[in-house]
Amino acid sequence: MTEPTDASVRAEARAWLEANWNPELGLVEWRTRLVDSGWGMPSWPAQWHGKGLPAGFDAVVAEEMRRLGAVSVARSGVRGLAAATLLEHGGDFHKEKFLRRILTGEDNWCQLFSEPGSGSDLAGALTRAEFNDGRWVFNGQKVWTTSAHHADWGLLLARTDSNVPKHRGLSYFVLDMRQSGVEVHQLRQMNGHASFNQVFFTDAEAPAEHLVGEVGGGWAVATTTLMHERRGADGMRLWGSASDLKGPIYDEERAEIATVNEPYKWYPQRAGRVDLVLERAKATGRIGDPVVRQEIAKLLTLSRTAEWTARRARAAQALGRPPGPEGSLGKLAASHVARAAARVHTLIAGADAMLTGEDEPMGGVIAEILISVPAVSIAGGTDEIQRNIIAERVLRMPKEPRSDDDRPFRDVPKNTLR
Amino acid sequence: MQRRRHQEETRLQFSFTSEQEEFRSVLRRFLQEKSPPSVVRRLMETEAGWERGSWLELNQQLGLTGVHIPEEYGGQGFGFIELGIVLEEMGRALLCAPYFSTTVLAATAIMNAGSRAQQEALLPPIALGEVVATLAFTEPDGCWDASSIETTGSPDGDKFRLDGVKSFVLDGHTADLIVVAARAPGSRGEDGLSLFTIPGGAPGLTRRALKVLDPTRKLARLEFNGTPATLLGELGGGAGPLTKTLTQAAACLASEMVGGAERLRVSALDYANLRMQFGRPIASFQSMKHKQADMLVDVELAKSAAYAAASAAAKDDPELPAIAALAKACAADAYLQTAIHTIQIHGGIGFTWDNDTHLWFKRAKSSEVFLGDPAWHRERMLRAWGV
Repeated sequence: MTEPTDASVRAEARAWLEANWNPELGLVEWRTRLVDSGWGMPSWPAQWHGKGLPAGFDAVVAEEMRRLGAVSVARSGVRGLAAATLLEHGGDFHKEKFLRRILTGEDNWCQLFSEPGSGSDLAGALTRAEFNDGRWVFNGQKVWTTSAHHADWGLLLARTDSNVPKHRGLSYFVLDMRQSGVEVHQLRQMNGHASFNQVFFTDAEAPAEHLVGEVGGGWAVATTTLMHERRGADGMRLWGSASDLKGPIYDEERAEIATVNEPYKWYPQRAGRVDLVLERAKATGRIGDPVVRQEIAKLLTLSRTAEWTARRARAAQALGRPPGPEGSLGKLAASHVARAAARVHTLIAGADAMLTGEDEPMGGVIAEILISVPAVSIAGGTDEIQRNIIAERVLRMPKEPRSDDDRPFRDVPKNTLR
Repeated sequence: MQRRRHQEETRLQFSFTSEQEEFRSVLRRFLQEKSPPSVVRRLMETEAGWERGSWLELNQQLGLTGVHIPEEYGGQGFGFIELGIVLEEMGRALLCAPYFSTTVLAATAIMNAGSRAQQEALLPPIALGEVVATLAFTEPDGCWDASSIETTGSPDGDKFRLDGVKSFVLDGHTADLIVVAARAPGSRGEDGLSLFTIPGGAPGLTRRALKVLDPTRKLARLEFNGTPATLLGELGGGAGPLTKTLTQAAACLASEMVGGAERLRVSALDYANLRMQFGRPIASFQSMKHKQADMLVDVELAKSAAYAAASAAAKDDPELPAIAALAKACAADAYLQTAIHTIQIHGGIGFTWDNDTHLWFKRAKSSEVFLGDPAWHRERMLRAWGV
């Protein structure tokens, strides 16, 4: 067999797409064909809906699909994390049962990791999994679960053994979300949105084969999920964006993406909306105030240098150089930018910063910035955890002394407050 | 702003070539050897602040004074990115030498303003390290822009005579050649400004070293009483080249500052790893780790700004005035903040004369103000963006 080249892959993909792409098909109908052909995920193994090509060719195939306007496999939301995790750690049973319907978009997924008692300390999860009469039975509570209310399946991290140190007593499961033992409640945030859920398990069940990896090996599997989350989703880039082409299949895809994106509609405000600052300062006349000008200039400096720092990291990566410290600072820098932006928006808005909705000059957008920014320095790893990571992994400073990983989990002090 | 950002993606350079990285590491080793803190301490106690022997050596071995001077004028023919690398490493080593005055200020001003014949006459001796030069533009009021200049340059036969006072002139008391900004008598603002050159020992010139807070950066006050001077460039056309020189110099100073800031950050980290209290290295305390993480963010963002400014200067980018001002302000804030944290991490030892931190702290302080303080540069940045 000859080595694939850009040209050979492009030609082969183009030939298949030209023969098979048909915008008149239904979304699932088309994706089923695409998944069967292997061109939906060219870098996946041929056995599992792929072509077994090196990852570098994904972009070539994607280009051909864009050229024809062909709709891709479903990518948005947690399903991408589920697919990557199952591909790496799942057995044939899991791959057989779940991968196809992930790619066709027929199933929705959610991630059941965080708990009220364990946020930064994920390995401190208390949700119990017990094996009874050939089935796993779950009791406990998860939180910050995006899209749980329309998920078919959940990626669940639960404790199977409290008599070993914390990381060794966790196991990883696929849980059917459509059962009576699973209750989903919306969680209302301080900015009024309810983008996340609390999920309660009361004797929820899963068959034995829904365990992913080994009993007690859940932490390694969860680490894979988290790694893909960080890599693909520095702020959920897995959202995907819909094409603006016209036709029923595009409408179906747009609806799918809109459903996934719905919980994130306030995220631009969460990041501080630096793009609105000059416009607002001019509109209010505050641009003439030297104090306001200084604060605006500081904010724009921070935002610009954060962008440049990300560009340095990308440039180094493109040259194949080892990652320098500049690649680890983005999340912390984004927190600084958002906080500074909230401060400046307040300065510009003046008394109007006390108002919201239609009484606020931007129809509530500024208010939404002010009450959403506090999430940036918490979600996806708090600033404090980010600083620990930078200090320990980048600067090689000593690790935090621990008192929770040298003893059975049952002896580790737990939260008494919820 | 969106469109500008998109264009900038392709305009500015955000990585160094392998040759540039190699140049940096050679230079860093060289300066570690030639400018250890013991040498800095010896030179800073002298009135000149530098020695001609080691200055010549610096240039003969690495050709540093001519790094951005075109080859046709005896220089190395590199640009502002390489000059930025040199300055970053000199800032790291706190090199005591008249480099910023000679190469950054004077040579750049001559390149911006001088005729071909003037560049042929003035630049080669600078590139060879034989002539130490500076640019005298600030006056006792401490304004950093061209329009507030009061010193006059009056026609006197086929030459000119200078009258007035310059202050905060970098290495002004030791320079062999001084580029002076002065105005036609009776002119105002940016009109009537010209650049002149005078030798350091010109008649009617009184030079006095100022007592400086940062002994590694010597400043002088110069009084001109009918001092004979030669016009550099066009009569009345000085404002453009002077402003451009100061913009380029701001970008250069940003590079020098981030080198110093990084040196401090690393010294604080090294110390925290060694210093034991309560039976453990203080680096194991979260308060120290979080401070170090914050210092890394400050320094890396400032480095990005300095690199963007060097790249904009190298390409003579239309956005250079804004980016240079941004970088100067950002690097100044980061340098001073890093110096403050570094003293704090060292604790009592950090406040002693014997500990080296104060040498960089003082450079951070003088650099914060030199060429304009951060608030002034932020305002310039907004104006350059048309805000």
